[in-house]
Amino acid sequence: MIRDHSLASKLWTTAVWAVVLLFVLNLLAVIATVMVDSVATRWLGTWLPAGFTTHWYRDAWDEFQLTDVLIVTFEAVAAVVALSGLLGVTAAYALARRDFPGKRAMTLVFLLPLLVPPMTYGIPMATLLYRVGLGGTLTGVVLANLVPAIPFVVLVMIPFIEQIDPRVEAAARVFGARTPQLFGRVLLPLLLPGILAALLLVLVRTIAMFELTFLTAGADSQTLVVALYYAVFASGVRAGQEVDVMAVVYMVTTLVWLLLALRFVNPTQIVARAKNQAAH
Amino acid sequence: MPTAASPSTRPAPRGATLVMRGLRRDFGSFAALKGLDLTIEPGEFVALLGPSGCGKTTALNCIAGLTALSDGSIMLGERRIDPLPPEARGFGMVFQSYALFPHMTARRNVGFGLAMQKMPRREAEARIEEALKLVRLTAQADKLPGQMSGGQQQRVAIARAIAIRPPVVLMDEPLSNLDAKLRLEMRAEIRRIHETIGSTTIYVTHDQDEALSMADRIVVMRDGLIRQTGTPEELYERPAHADVAEFMGFRTRLKGHVRGTDGKRVTVDTCGIAVGVALRPGMATPQDGEAVTLMIRPEDLVAGPVGLPATVKIGEYRGRAFFGAAEAAGGTELFFRSERAIHAGDRITVAARPEQILLYPEADR
Amino acid sequence: MTAATPAARARPHPRVPLRLRLAARGIDGVTLMVLPALAALLALFVYPFAYGVAVSLAPKVGPFYANYRRFFADPFLRETIGNTLALAVPTTLLDLLLALPIAFRVRLMSRQRLLTTILVLPVTLGTVLIAQGLLTYLGPQGWFNRVLMALHLIATPLKLTNNFWGVFASLVITGFPFTFLLTLSYVSGIDPALEQAAATLGAGPAARFAHVYLPLLVPGLAVTFCLSFVQAFAVYPSAVLLGAPAGSTHVISIAAYQAAFEQYDASLGSAIAMIMGGVQLAVVLAVLGARSLFYRGPVGGTKG
Repeated sequence: MIRDHSLASKLWTTAVWAVVLLFVLNLLAVIATVMVDSVATRWLGTWLPAGFTTHWYRDAWDEFQLTDVLIVTFEAVAAVVALSGLLGVTAAYALARRDFPGKRAMTLVFLLPLLVPPMTYGIPMATLLYRVGLGGTLTGVVLANLVPAIPFVVLVMIPFIEQIDPRVEAAARVFGARTPQLFGRVLLPLLLPGILAALLLVLVRTIAMFELTFLTAGADSQTLVVALYYAVFASGVRAGQEVDVMAVVYMVTTLVWLLLALRFVNPTQIVARAKNQAAH
Repeated sequence: MPTAASPSTRPAPRGATLVMRGLRRDFGSFAALKGLDLTIEPGEFVALLGPSGCGKTTALNCIAGLTALSDGSIMLGERRIDPLPPEARGFGMVFQSYALFPHMTARRNVGFGLAMQKMPRREAEARIEEALKLVRLTAQADKLPGQMSGGQQQRVAIARAIAIRPPVVLMDEPLSNLDAKLRLEMRAEIRRIHETIGSTTIYVTHDQDEALSMADRIVVMRDGLIRQTGTPEELYERPAHADVAEFMGFRTRLKGHVRGTDGKRVTVDTCGIAVGVALRPGMATPQDGEAVTLMIRPEDLVAGPVGLPATVKIGEYRGRAFFGAAEAAGGTELFFRSERAIHAGDRITVAARPEQILLYPEADR
Repeated sequence: MTAATPAARARPHPRVPLRLRLAARGIDGVTLMVLPALAALLALFVYPFAYGVAVSLAPKVGPFYANYRRFFADPFLRETIGNTLALAVPTTLLDLLLALPIAFRVRLMSRQRLLTTILVLPVTLGTVLIAQGLLTYLGPQGWFNRVLMALHLIATPLKLTNNFWGVFASLVITGFPFTFLLTLSYVSGIDPALEQAAATLGAGPAARFAHVYLPLLVPGLAVTFCLSFVQAFAVYPSAVLLGAPAGSTHVISIAAYQAAFEQYDASLGSAIAMIMGGVQLAVVLAVLGARSLFYRGPVGGTKG
């Protein structure tokens, strides 16, 4: 916090900002490459494409049946958001307000899916889903994505709930409110900003979630990100520009929701630290 | 000539004079310091006193080098120190939150400054022992801050600041996080330590009692400027401005107009009656008709048979007498004393002796 | 008179109803609200995990440990651990090394939001998009090589795609936001007065970092390393799309996927997934074990 004005520290600051700038420039350049290629007629061996066109968008849309893919994506994401919201908020309330034997073990169960990477638990889970006949279906995709989504909602909501003075709830009960009324009239209105934040974050994360959907989706239950993967995987077969069109569509989809989410939440919450700012 | 100076005899004041001229510090459009001029002699214990936001902590941070000056200069003797970073100024500082390094024992905390000076181990250990003995914390030397009480942490913070034998010790409201009893104890401790080592000390506080009991000289600040400097007695008896008086405990403020003067006394119309105020030496004689503010301490404004009429709002029993708040004509609030019990709603009259009332031109806030 | 026998005492007081006894221990209607989510996770996470362990111990042929023996006997499979570690450890360390000084600078800024938004982009865009972008960007005709050649830093394009380095770059980019944000929160959590106190005692910027910040940050950095490493170790799409999935970037998740979904050997696939989890756990335990040698108490202030 102390501003240092010596030459050495000025050099160091410049170096650090230079690294940040390089990182950001490269990142933006990667994104730009995809966007430029999607509207390029031909782009081989030159700084910029030979010409620009939008016909790839029409071609790719038909080729990859993007309308269907988008519909599937939103169906899946909407289901995940709704279910994880319902289950997560109620569980978060219980965990925030009650201390009971076995709570620590239970909290661990809620934390583990966020700490263990999806690929590790996804393969056994996908195997099981296929065994019970849910593999390759939209239901299977939704169930798989619930695993990281529910704990995430719980983790985001607990601090919000703890912020509400329990005496407000006690007052409601003293005046005769039973649990459904307590929720409907007192808690939900107070929690609405937090719930909105949590759901938007789940939405953004689920759109970008690759591994779980990849392992559990069938040909007609792929979300956009998985369809993009297969397109890139088989990209020798079709024009590179078409793949980049799909990439742009994916990017726009995520970014629209990201920008919307950022109106309500801090960018850091997307990453959702497993441990909060409390001393550890 | 060299004799080992025992820590119990007060050495001659160490160090040079600290001269601050025209200190300014702006935060964007907000001026926290608006041009401070202050000279502090070696060995003085100076308190910077004022309400929150008056700039006293900003001034201290500027002296320490933790905040840069927007304008002005600070000289320590012949050396100009305001361009120097804090690590080059060599001042000791005690923070309000103690700021002890949580991963170091008390001993290592106290020795940190010495380690930064690369002092040889034998000498450093002796200094650390000396400092710990001075603050009476030798038994806790190997504990971590997390294992100590607030008062003990405070002592470690003080020991850490004085171990480096700085020319100036800066203290930023060090006692405000302690409970009342501990605060009184530590006040005496800090004063004793100051007497023993004799460094110049600059002590920031918002507590008038602390400043009055500890300081050689008090600097009252408000809104980034110095309102008055003086010894505790001077400030207590003869505050120079109405806001300083209020800070010194003159809680009742009456607005009125001068009816006339007769050389030694001024008669002032206020709240429907005429009040006699003794003229103090050095005070300018007010003009007839001039708008003035009168200020009186609660213990001097006594309920009696004659005086200013008012209705009691609150009364409290404080042991030997009752103290209360009352409302006079026009909504003016009075804080007064009464020998007899008072209750809300009682009609009383209060009066004070002319020499106990202070008079200020109304233009002077 | 004889003393009253136990039978002659007044009748025993009525038992406290079960509902109230449970409530005293914290279990009531509200607590039950945790059950639906818990049931979902038990069914979708815990049970499959246990199922995976069981399946891995029931191979198509051979004794119960056959899968694990096969994994370690087959060099093509065994090398995946080394390949993955060779990717995960350096990229995580690099991200940490970059994150620390940048976090130090950013915490001084009053308006961090724009920067943190940009830095969070790789997470929202995801590994697949970044991999696709890098395929072109780092390719022989891509802007990256062009710029380097235009600046005369290299004469011929660097081979950065379909090999180790492409995946390396992808992991660094997608891993940085998480590492950075975690580091930033740890750095911001240290009481600024500690640095000020050190400065007044004569510590310059380097000394302040070495004696005050670093010892207090090491535990948090260890946690950050563990969390980031675990994500990096599970790398999949970039290893396939941007790397050499049968060669230098034959990572353990590829082996698990291929066993389960291309060779239809669910037992082997689960076993490899378990080994993956096991290696992650081993590294995490080692790092956290080393962390316990450092101070781990509160760093936010020393109010007694």
